[in-house]
Amino acid sequence: MKELRLMKGNEALAEAAIRAGADAYFGYPITPQSEIIEYFMAENPEEKTGMVILQAESEIAAINMVYGAAGCGKKAITSSSSPGISLKQEGLSYIAGAELPCVVVNITRGGPGLGTIQPSQSDYFQAVKGGGHGDYKLIVLAPATVQETVDYVKLAFELAFKYRNPVMILSDGIIGQMMEKVELFEQIPRSDKEYDWATIGKKPGKDHVIITSLQLQPEEQEKVNLRLQAKYREVEKNEVMYKTYDIEDAEYLFVAYGSCGRITQKAMEMARKKGYKVGQIRPQTLYPFPVEIIKKVTGQVKGILTVEMNTGQMVEDVRLAVSGKIPVEHYGRFGGMIPSPDEILNAFEQKFIGG
Amino acid sequence: MNEEIVIAGFGGQGVLSMGQILCYGGVMQNKEVSWFPSYGPEMRGGTANCTAIISDEKISSPILNTYDTAIVLNQPSMDKFEDGIKPGGMLIYEINGITRKPKRDDINICQIAAYDESIKMKNTKIFNMIVIGGFLKVKPILEIENVIKGLEKVLPERYHDLIPLNEEAIRRGKEIISYGHKLN
Repeated sequence: MKELRLMKGNEALAEAAIRAGADAYFGYPITPQSEIIEYFMAENPEEKTGMVILQAESEIAAINMVYGAAGCGKKAITSSSSPGISLKQEGLSYIAGAELPCVVVNITRGGPGLGTIQPSQSDYFQAVKGGGHGDYKLIVLAPATVQETVDYVKLAFELAFKYRNPVMILSDGIIGQMMEKVELFEQIPRSDKEYDWATIGKKPGKDHVIITSLQLQPEEQEKVNLRLQAKYREVEKNEVMYKTYDIEDAEYLFVAYGSCGRITQKAMEMARKKGYKVGQIRPQTLYPFPVEIIKKVTGQVKGILTVEMNTGQMVEDVRLAVSGKIPVEHYGRFGGMIPSPDEILNAFEQKFIGG
Repeated sequence: MNEEIVIAGFGGQGVLSMGQILCYGGVMQNKEVSWFPSYGPEMRGGTANCTAIISDEKISSPILNTYDTAIVLNQPSMDKFEDGIKPGGMLIYEINGITRKPKRDDINICQIAAYDESIKMKNTKIFNMIVIGGFLKVKPILEIENVIKGLEKVLPERYHDLIPLNEEAIRRGKEIISYGHKLN
């Protein structure tokens, strides 16, 4: 039997990073994700797998340590919550520009500014559209359960190295703080693979490797951009993930991700009990966004409601997919407030049924 | 079976660990479980609460606004959660913490003098296990042996010599809980 545990999302995430064979975690504490670094410190994986755990002096230092480790071809991960993730944006842009792999976790809390420590999804734009400067993309995974959190840590490292691109796990305070049953995967040994792009010392007879995000010649920088864009098209083609619930006979569609996806699922079940044929799509990757399935359902349903713990961010991507063919409405709570299933049902009835 | 529970009281009363123990008991009994704490700017002496869901089926929303059972250990928690209990649901309160009696008549209401009992047992730290015992008497959703197995997981090993005492606390809780209002 596989190992079954009851774990907090944050603790499970840290355990998954150890088991994924990560080489290093650099971070700085912030609520609601401090259990991540606490768990690492308590487990002290350096003794078991050799994984380095280091509390940096700031979030900015942490992301630049990740940059350095990634440049050596190492599996590096950092985590923070919204205000701390803002501080990491410069580093993320550099890492994306230098085409290096890493995993960044955002256990989102309400904003703007220092905001609140309660859960939120208000960093969707920042994660998906690029919070740093320049034309770059993060691959963004949105877990809805503690189990998905664990699975996505492993997946995030795989994708990061497959595309040499930063991957963000966009979670929130609900999933970080809640406990659920979780099945852990077996320990993956740390790799000592020497990548030809990694700066690990010049070998005789080989050119030295340069990692940089700086190209002073615009012709060269344009080539970098074209290469990145070609990579993003590949990501869009290969890596879209989503779950559907009862869409076969649906007349209306809910779209919600992460913790909100689960609350919305309960609202969907309640709507079904009242006789409304509602289905749901829960994007599991936010970039690449599940455009095709939404397009497909657009021909079938009368309207779409997105439910988000923000003032309306993912709704823009749903509207882009729908291209104005049917009404797309948004319902949200924000600033750390969590929508309840009956609130969502009410919003749906008001916007689409006319209650 | 799908039991949606809120447990609320003062910080330090063991509210969060009660939810965890029940959930671990659920895991031991092959149930689906979810536990979500209030993690606001609470402090010792402030209010704390958690929701625990124990179910035969996959759990969609971990966030609840109505409950099958509310276990309240002080007056602010009673004020906050009494209205959220589903009609026909269950309210369990610890009598020492309560100055205003519950007002609902469409729910089952039970009271338990867990604090007094814990003093009799000469260990006020097992207060919350007495309440769990009371809960399991009126809502027998889990086997006691599974709850004890869960407790073994929650308690650090150095405290495992206290497990027989906790078992006794659960037994006492089952004995002393009583109905204040019982629906037919």
